[in-house]
Amino acid sequence: MLDEALLFKWMAAFDHQIQTDKAYLSGLDAEIGDGDHGDNMARGMSAVMHTFKTPDQSVAEQLKAIAFALISKVGGAAGPLYGSAFLRMSKAATDTQQLDQLIQIGADAIADRGGANFGDKTMLDVWAYVPAMLEHHTLSSAGLAQLAANTKPMQAKKGRASYLGERSVGHLDPGAVSSQELFQALLLAQADLKTSPNPAMKNGTDL
Amino acid sequence: MKKIINAVADIVPEMVSGLVKSYPQLVEQIPNTQAIGRRDAAFKAGHQVGLVSGGGSGHEPLHLGYVGAGMLSAAIAGQINTSPTPDQIYAAIRYADHGAGVLLIVKNYAGDVMNFAMAQELAEYDDIQVKAITVDDDVAFDATDTQGRRGVAGTILVEKICGAAAEAGATLDELAALGQAVIDHTKTIGIALTAATVPGVDHPGFELQADEMEYGVGIHNERGYATEKMAPSATIAAHLVDKILGNFDLQATDEFAVVVNGLGATPLMEQYVFANDVLADLAKRDIKVTFTKVGNLVTAIDMHGVSLTLCQLQDNWHTLLNAPAATIAW
Repeated sequence: MLDEALLFKWMAAFDHQIQTDKAYLSGLDAEIGDGDHGDNMARGMSAVMHTFKTPDQSVAEQLKAIAFALISKVGGAAGPLYGSAFLRMSKAATDTQQLDQLIQIGADAIADRGGANFGDKTMLDVWAYVPAMLEHHTLSSAGLAQLAANTKPMQAKKGRASYLGERSVGHLDPGAVSSQELFQALLLAQADLKTSPNPAMKNGTDL
Repeated sequence: MKKIINAVADIVPEMVSGLVKSYPQLVEQIPNTQAIGRRDAAFKAGHQVGLVSGGGSGHEPLHLGYVGAGMLSAAIAGQINTSPTPDQIYAAIRYADHGAGVLLIVKNYAGDVMNFAMAQELAEYDDIQVKAITVDDDVAFDATDTQGRRGVAGTILVEKICGAAAEAGATLDELAALGQAVIDHTKTIGIALTAATVPGVDHPGFELQADEMEYGVGIHNERGYATEKMAPSATIAAHLVDKILGNFDLQATDEFAVVVNGLGATPLMEQYVFANDVLADLAKRDIKVTFTKVGNLVTAIDMHGVSLTLCQLQDNWHTLLNAPAATIAW
């Protein structure tokens, strides 16, 4: 269940991870792209955290605000990809708040927007596998790390790295790594809510 | 690396501000954006189809320098080498729409294509008619297994030919078809002696030895298809002409436009030496050239290198290329 409390803790944990790893992510991007993924994501997540200052937003409204923050502040390819995912999740959140379904909708939005296939060395190589892991309660930190690591031997078929051809092999995809961090943040937020449910939330433990 | 800047984060807004203040008779800044629009009375009062382009910064004078009568209606500057965001593009579309719709001229990069597509969707919610064409003139690489061919210096020919046609009253559908035809008949390859140094990064994007050059570079420091020993201008010209012509279906009646483009740190002296070799090589092959343009037109920050663009002219394109344009850079 994605409720307001989980969404806040999830984004706060992701923001913390992105700000910490800003230079690492940009460094990964410098190997096969243009070297700004960490900086762009950090700018975007600062804007995302700002959206939580608007009080009493539903999950759908909050997801939409997150989407627009990412779309308008991240730029490049990551902005529209992450932004499209959260925008479509926002539309769906009025019907379902089940996490596996929402993430699947987000993954579909990324595939539609970017036109990538599995194995093209993109963030989709992480997103595509997360819904089933959530559904079967097998999402783990190690599993996420493995998904990101899987992009290392892949040859890029989309984005700027694709022009490197075989030279893109042997490098992690920066978008896959930031996506790994997004879902690691979700795990952290879920664990955090179990141990210290938000007192303001009556059903803070119904995860 | 020394740069004439204040702070890296301020480069794009300060550049846009400086450009608009320098040429207030031609352009104005669209409020709350890093986009500019043409401000001549004929455009403001007219009903022509709007032409909007944009992309990451660092390629000046592309695209801001091509805003004005006879070319673009508006252009958006993104962060350095980073696509502008949909909200900014959307603002430029709204500025450019005078009821006849807006044509988006997008260079083929993943970020640009996605951000412009999202802006197009936003504008369509407002019932603004929008069409987009994607420029992919760089024939250094095959289109298979990549994002597709990149949009580089040939973009200015699309902007000029469509701009002149829009000024003459072409419809949105006609302009989209015309622009696509220009793209289909325009091919470019670039070479570099030194990669660009992106502000905030204190070294060139890739290393070349003192006696080396790179064939097939992109305008964002993308490496090319071959690193070779430095060669005379005539040898480079012959190689590029050969490779580019191989991508055309040549006809005896062909007439070509030639663009020799400096990539940012190439003295005009070298560009004209190279243009001289290109034109001599084309003459030797009995290829008729009826339009030539030389200069720093689509740059890659401070890359030392050139690109060569050939456009197989059709219909009235030659007239459209020579039509008047009141822009900063055409």
